[in-house]
Amino acid sequence: MSALTGEDAPPQAPRQHYLNVTYGVRSWLLTLDHKRIGLLYLASITVFFLLGGMFAVMIRAELVTPAGDLLQAETYNKMFTMHGLVMVFFFLIPSIPAALGNFLIPLMIGARDLAFPRLNLLSWYVFIVGGLFTLFAVVQGGVDTGWTFYTPYSSTYSNSAVAATAVGVFITGFSSVLTGLNFIVTIHKMRAPGLTWFRLPLFVWAHYATSLIMVLGTPVLTAAVVLVALEHLLGIGIFDPKLGGDPVLFQHLFWFYSHPAVYIMILPSMGVVSEVISCFSRKRIFGYKVIAFSSLAIAVLGFLVWGHHMFVSGQSVYAGMIFSFLSFFVAIPSAIKVFNWTATLYKGSISYDTPMMYAMGFIGLFTIGGLTGLFLASLAVDVHVHDTYFVVAHFHYIMVGGALMGYMAAIHFWWPKISGRMYPEGWGRFSALVIFIGFNLTFFPQFILGYLGMPRRYHAYPDEFQVLNVMSTAGATILGVGYLIPLIYLIWSMRYGPRAGSNPWKAKGLEWETTSPPPTENFLTTPLVTEEAYAYAAPDVEEQEGARVG
Amino acid sequence: MWEFPLFPEQASTIAGGVDSLYLFLVGLTAFFSVLIFTVIFVFAIIYRRRSDDERPEAIEGSHALEIFWSVVPFVIVMVIFTWGASLYFRNARSPDDAMEVNVVGKQWMWKIQHPEGRREINELHVPIGRPVRLTMTSEDVIHSFYVPAFRIKMDVLPGRYTTAWFEATKAGEFHLFCAEYCGTEHSKMGGKVVVLDPPAYERWVGGEEQGESLADLGARRFIELRCENCHYPGAGERGPSLAGLFGRIVPLEGGGTVEADESYFRESVLNPRAKVVAGFQPVMPTFQGQISEEQLLELIAYVRSLKAPQGEGR
Ligand code: HEC
Ligand SMILES: [Cu+2]
Ligand SMILES: [Cu+2]
Repeated sequence: MSALTGEDAPPQAPRQHYLNVTYGVRSWLLTLDHKRIGLLYLASITVFFLLGGMFAVMIRAELVTPAGDLLQAETYNKMFTMHGLVMVFFFLIPSIPAALGNFLIPLMIGARDLAFPRLNLLSWYVFIVGGLFTLFAVVQGGVDTGWTFYTPYSSTYSNSAVAATAVGVFITGFSSVLTGLNFIVTIHKMRAPGLTWFRLPLFVWAHYATSLIMVLGTPVLTAAVVLVALEHLLGIGIFDPKLGGDPVLFQHLFWFYSHPAVYIMILPSMGVVSEVISCFSRKRIFGYKVIAFSSLAIAVLGFLVWGHHMFVSGQSVYAGMIFSFLSFFVAIPSAIKVFNWTATLYKGSISYDTPMMYAMGFIGLFTIGGLTGLFLASLAVDVHVHDTYFVVAHFHYIMVGGALMGYMAAIHFWWPKISGRMYPEGWGRFSALVIFIGFNLTFFPQFILGYLGMPRRYHAYPDEFQVLNVMSTAGATILGVGYLIPLIYLIWSMRYGPRAGSNPWKAKGLEWETTSPPPTENFLTTPLVTEEAYAYAAPDVEEQEGARVG
Repeated sequence: MWEFPLFPEQASTIAGGVDSLYLFLVGLTAFFSVLIFTVIFVFAIIYRRRSDDERPEAIEGSHALEIFWSVVPFVIVMVIFTWGASLYFRNARSPDDAMEVNVVGKQWMWKIQHPEGRREINELHVPIGRPVRLTMTSEDVIHSFYVPAFRIKMDVLPGRYTTAWFEATKAGEFHLFCAEYCGTEHSKMGGKVVVLDPPAYERWVGGEEQGESLADLGARRFIELRCENCHYPGAGERGPSLAGLFGRIVPLEGGGTVEADESYFRESVLNPRAKVVAGFQPVMPTFQGQISEEQLLELIAYVRSLKAPQGEGR
């Protein structure tokens, strides 16, 4: 195969690949192939994303007018609770790791599968059972505690389906742990010969750091949720002071997991951005080791800053100061990454394909998200903006502007590998632009609202906040359309898209050396790695690689 | 109706300080965002791909640059940390001459007790230019007392007291919000803070039929609940004297000490066995369930009034 194959003869699909080896529902539901399990995850999280999006639509529709007129207060409260729960636990946390990480890590390290394929399938089932419990809670009437489940409201005062939801979150936690464990072992043990730690793609480094957080952090959330359920069901005094408990204890447990969980959501996206930026500027990533270590630094520091969610909770002034101090440290590895990505563009050969547009969008929006995090880490300012729309805007810049942009970049970048076909590039760029504009219009006004003092989770609000809320809803409408376009053309492209060939982007990395879609066993012969990651300056190596996969 | 404010009103002594730090951060964010956006944009144009065969030379990275862009953010964030923390530290402690106001939150209203005995619901009247210290607790779930124009916020917890303080600088009405999600009518759990000039405030306090002061109410409660049987003010036989309790370092049975504050008082009444004063028998009965949050606050006002003639708020 030469580099020109793409233009000379239209690429052909391999005769047999992971999608067509077997057919039928059974072959999918009982598959042990990491690629198929990745797709099972992809389909499930897409459903959850649409569900979470519908809740968001209801929220934004209610907030068009200051009076709480469209929904009842109780319904509104359930909407934002379910939006948060579904988006965090059932979309963002599993998104890149469980769907794309699952698909790509073995391919990237030249392995046949993950270390424990059965455990991998189990983790999907556990995820689905957890999801069903949560959906059951929705059907039962929904939950109204906020995704943060603060006690004693959640444990003793709420009349909604707290227990069912808690069980759902409890169960899904195990799926995270299983996936994380599987990744760690796989990355340690199954790298192809020659693939040393510092030759690993940064996507793999990012997933390694993410997996550490999953394995170390999730059990604490599990414990906290169990305690809430115990108090809720049996009245054992843990968090409710009337029963002799301590309500703030819950916040410690919850944020001990949930702050690091932010990095479960963002680190994989950072990994994606490293891959995409270097591919579409045809440059080795600037500061490879620094980026790799900054992922680990973020994972470790992330465990030391949970108290920044509690500056006004009545915790001691000194505890507040220590948590503030540590929180500022997390800013540094994040800043380093942004600078390194930007420097990678320098003297590159930059093309503006859809994944690259998303990746550049990521850098910009993550920068704003990260910098506004400094506001929240600054004690005196946080006192004012805590629990206002400022916080809502900040974390949507990180989670939607960052994590979701990275996810979109990843889907487009690896879509040819996953499906064997190309998506329509024009539509891709167009929707990336729509999403970028819609996103900023939705969330930028919320920074202003927050500093003006509009508290979050408000069903009705004073009149003077209306203009900014209308802007935000208008933006959300654009954003919603922006997400529907890719959904449509990606599905369309599965049948009608042009064949992709094994390496449409001329990217480096083992996953591009096998066919698209890859065979079930990924590589016909075990690859041997002889060069560093992102060796874009080297002459094309495709000739030898082509022979390898036959 | 179609107002379009961009910046909240400043109506307390601390608002200016918080806003300067905020504006500094806004400037910093704008600077770095514009910097990153511009650099990406410029690179994307200058180095756009001109032919598909381009293979730009690899650049490994640079130690000097990495150090540069680690140290610069480090210095900047340390400046912000120090600035934010020192403001916070200063704002955390109330002046000694602050007037005491009690706040009890419950789903979904704010109940306010003034030292003179006036009560309000969802409204708080205060004079300009006088520090006001809030002692707050909740009857049910966690709430948060938030006045954006003052830039203050403090969670209001069940089972303990939290405090906040402010000094208003501007007459007018300002939003009071509950900022911690607390259930169905969370967004309705608000009201206003009414700041009056001192004369208007005096009229307001003096107006309406003047109830008993909080301390007097507390004194009555002290007798009704038979606290005085054991805590006869002045000299204690069965129980220790409570005069001058607040701020005292109390030695405990079994070693250790505790500084007597409102939360300690509360615990002593509701759960007397938790900390027993050295040299006394644990004979005090619990008053759990017999006394409301507001009555507890009245007792506190009373005990505080025993301390010294120039006690707070009298
Ligand atoms: C039966 C006698 C008795 C009654 C009635 C009683 N107390 Fe006590 N109280 C004691 C004793 C004895 C102690 C010291 C031992 C201890 O700490 O439990 C004490 C301790 C205290 C303390 C801690 C004092 C310190 O110096 O640290 C407070 C505050 C207090 N009581 C408040 C009250 C209040 C308010 C009431 C009424 C609602 C009340 N007590 C009713 C016997 C009593
Ligand atoms: Cu956090
Ligand atoms: Cu409230």
